[in-house]
Amino acid sequence: MRIILLTVKRDLLLYFRKPGDIFNPLAFSLLVISLFPLGVGPSADILGEISAGIIWVAALLTTLFSIDLMFKEDYEDGTLEQMILGREPLLLVVYGKIIAQWLVGGLVITLLSPLLGMMFYVNTDGILATVLALMLATPTMTLIGSIGAALTLGLNKGGVLIAILILPLYLPVLILGVAMIDTATAGDNYAGHVLWLAAILAISIGFAPLATEQGIRISLSE
Amino acid sequence: MLQVNNLSCERANRELFRNLSFEVSRGVALRIHGLNGSGKTTLLRILAGLYQEFEGDVDWGEEHYPLYIGHRRGLKALMSARENLFWSAAINGQKTKLSEVDEALRQVSMGGYVDIACGSMSEGQCGRVSLARLFLLHNPVWILDEPFNAIDSTGVQCLVERINKHLSSGGILVLSSHVEVPLTNLQELELRY
Repeated sequence: MRIILLTVKRDLLLYFRKPGDIFNPLAFSLLVISLFPLGVGPSADILGEISAGIIWVAALLTTLFSIDLMFKEDYEDGTLEQMILGREPLLLVVYGKIIAQWLVGGLVITLLSPLLGMMFYVNTDGILATVLALMLATPTMTLIGSIGAALTLGLNKGGVLIAILILPLYLPVLILGVAMIDTATAGDNYAGHVLWLAAILAISIGFAPLATEQGIRISLSE
Repeated sequence: MLQVNNLSCERANRELFRNLSFEVSRGVALRIHGLNGSGKTTLLRILAGLYQEFEGDVDWGEEHYPLYIGHRRGLKALMSARENLFWSAAINGQKTKLSEVDEALRQVSMGGYVDIACGSMSEGQCGRVSLARLFLLHNPVWILDEPFNAIDSTGVQCLVERINKHLSSGGILVLSSHVEVPLTNLQELELRY
């Protein structure tokens, strides 16, 4: 357990010393979202209809852009080799890195989502559901994304390949999440969506880091 | 004790070595040398367990978890020398006090740089910080890839003393180096293709 905490602490420290890695993808996504009301026009009907999808695409893009860097620097400066060779299990280190990545990526976009919701005239029920859905889905996105990041480590054009590899895996989360927000906005009960998202999250927590760990070993063996 | 049997490895359709067999017992250093591209780094990475594409057996007995220092020094540019070493110890399952970390850095004459980010150090200074691990960690097996690169003569002397101490306490060392090293109990292995 100690090594998980230490890894989280180390990665957060590195992110804070180089905030661009986190801030740039976030700023890009927020800018893209804010273009929609300008481009589509300020009609509450249209914006309300497309809001859920846009917020989710923003969350996906933020995750995708930042996940690329998750192991890259550790790979290039050789600290990843130390993580593999050290006595502490690589799996726990991977968990730590995923938690840190989520704290600066997924959690931030979740906390910002009410603001985005208001921009798109989403009602209070819808905003609550958005926060809840993102809270459950962004960790899943980071977990699944870490597999792609590990597998594309040694490749130069990793970024695009990650998108092709893992975007299809995001589809269930995307469909459930958007449906959940729409249901909530309409005032209906969305407990089923919550349970499904939570179930996917539970499975991802259990299995994704295992795949990530193996991915790192394979990439390092090149 | 390290035992290697019939080790063969091919990279990019070129055979680096075939049916390589050797033994390194406790208290002995093995220096691997050979021309550029002869497979020294690949052999060291195989021994460390980082490279899997080979045939044959590598048996470390009970001594897995080697301390490996390769071309990539394993230092974060954005972290200070102290933070880097502390992390190295932690990932190695070793609980370390900061005073021990500082002492290790003093041993490699980097005592005045504990709080300096490794990114703003010179190549040689980074080399010293990364070698400070040899003074901090307790692994019985060391695998060092060109440890003398970019290090000045006093650094080399300091390193040689540390290695001899490691060997006399029953440690194992495998290193690659282009230069002759004045070590006690030295075995040599030349790679040629």
